[in-house]
Amino acid sequence: MSEPEKTLPLDGWHRARGARMVPFAGYHMPVQYEGIMAEHLWTRASAGLFDVSHMGQLIIAGPEAEKGLESLLPADLAILKDGRLRYSLLLNVEGGIIDDLMITRRGEHFYTVVNGATKYGDIEQLEGRLPRTVVVDHVKEQALLALQGPKAVDALSRLVPGVEELGFMTGAAFEIGAARAWISRSGYTGEDGFEISIQARDAETVASLLADQEEVKPIGLGARDSLRLEAGLPLYGHDLDYATTPVEADLGFAISKRRRAEGGFAGWHRIMKELAEGPIRKRVGLAIEGRQPVREGATMVDAEGNEVGKVTSGGFSPSLGAPIAMAYVPLAYSMPGTSVSLASRGKIFTGIVTPMPFVPHRYHRKGGPK
Amino acid sequence: MSVYYTKEHEWVRIEGDTATVGISDFAQGQLGDVVFVEVPEAGRVVAKGGEAAVVESVKAASDVYAPVGGTVTEGNQAVVDEPSLVNTDPEGEGWFFKLTLSDAGELDGLMNADQYKEYCGTL
Repeated sequence: MSEPEKTLPLDGWHRARGARMVPFAGYHMPVQYEGIMAEHLWTRASAGLFDVSHMGQLIIAGPEAEKGLESLLPADLAILKDGRLRYSLLLNVEGGIIDDLMITRRGEHFYTVVNGATKYGDIEQLEGRLPRTVVVDHVKEQALLALQGPKAVDALSRLVPGVEELGFMTGAAFEIGAARAWISRSGYTGEDGFEISIQARDAETVASLLADQEEVKPIGLGARDSLRLEAGLPLYGHDLDYATTPVEADLGFAISKRRRAEGGFAGWHRIMKELAEGPIRKRVGLAIEGRQPVREGATMVDAEGNEVGKVTSGGFSPSLGAPIAMAYVPLAYSMPGTSVSLASRGKIFTGIVTPMPFVPHRYHRKGGPK
Repeated sequence: MSVYYTKEHEWVRIEGDTATVGISDFAQGQLGDVVFVEVPEAGRVVAKGGEAAVVESVKAASDVYAPVGGTVTEGNQAVVDEPSLVNTDPEGEGWFFKLTLSDAGELDGLMNADQYKEYCGTL
């Protein structure tokens, strides 16, 4: 990390609760409390509280913000209603992914949450490539919490009456305790849940309020990673990077219908071609035979031992009790049920291409299609 | 019976010329939930400091090195079948393998329990 290690608003709060802290994205972050397995299963069964204050919270404003952002993201922002979120991708001119993000129309501006490790680069890109009338404000004094799991709604609605009315991928302003909060029904675990943006000075109070609910335990980054892997959600810098397009990453859902028809976003010529003809390689899920995990960096090999693909995330799935992975494989190997050979730790493993998510999503969708 | 420790967090218990090897309680705590263990087969000859076994937690893979050289007499099938034994009883039922010690002199330089405890305190 080129950035010096900095302290997040809940640093002391985590330490007081016995978290093991590790350097991550330029900060000290809690990797685990009681153990990744227990925290993972608790989140799937009840509710987990995650501190994701390292992520970048940006406000993008100005009369040309919508049009400017549509030149960098493949999302249809014109039809994005107030208080609604979209998952989108910041693209370079070759159609590669600079970052993945959540964007919300919030009144007169767009509220965007980007990855912690990439936020400064994203801001540079946005400031350099958006019209000069568009202002990008990095809201550094905000903390961000995520409350995830089937009982998240029970715990949060006790503190924030009315929050249960939010549908998946919508957000609104609320009060929690005496603190002002922007709360959306979204997350990175595949479970129902919420993301809660609050002022840094309120972070300890709000985190304690949430953690005091009987359904809730604080959860570290370790379980956040195993939860998102089971949910089939890519992690930037591992499963996505500058050289990877949304089509290769199997994120075609993030390229809106109108944008496919009209184009006009960074890299769209390449992306349209890949949509029409298929990409050379594709991100797939793999169920690994046996018990030993195959991790990031393992290679996929063909019958002659040539490297033809790579594992970008891999580990042991606590929910399934078996190893799982994400990998980029040649298109011909991307059909579910296909067997692939993986070289890892001096051995050959067998992976079976498996539809993702590995563990079904349980989002709270309100009426109508997503 | 004496127990020694390595800087790589293996323990080795000596009974006659039989050495039993595992990873320390400190090591299992650092690794977290163990989900996979690979142990050497009987008959394999391992050198002091050589890779002898593998232990993987949810988050990472680690090699287990032989604290002393010798011929493996038994790998612990119980930890292969139930890797969480490494977490629940690391210095007992969670042992990895036994070997016949080839050179008792190789025990020189290993730490005793007190020295190892002090060493962990510096990490």
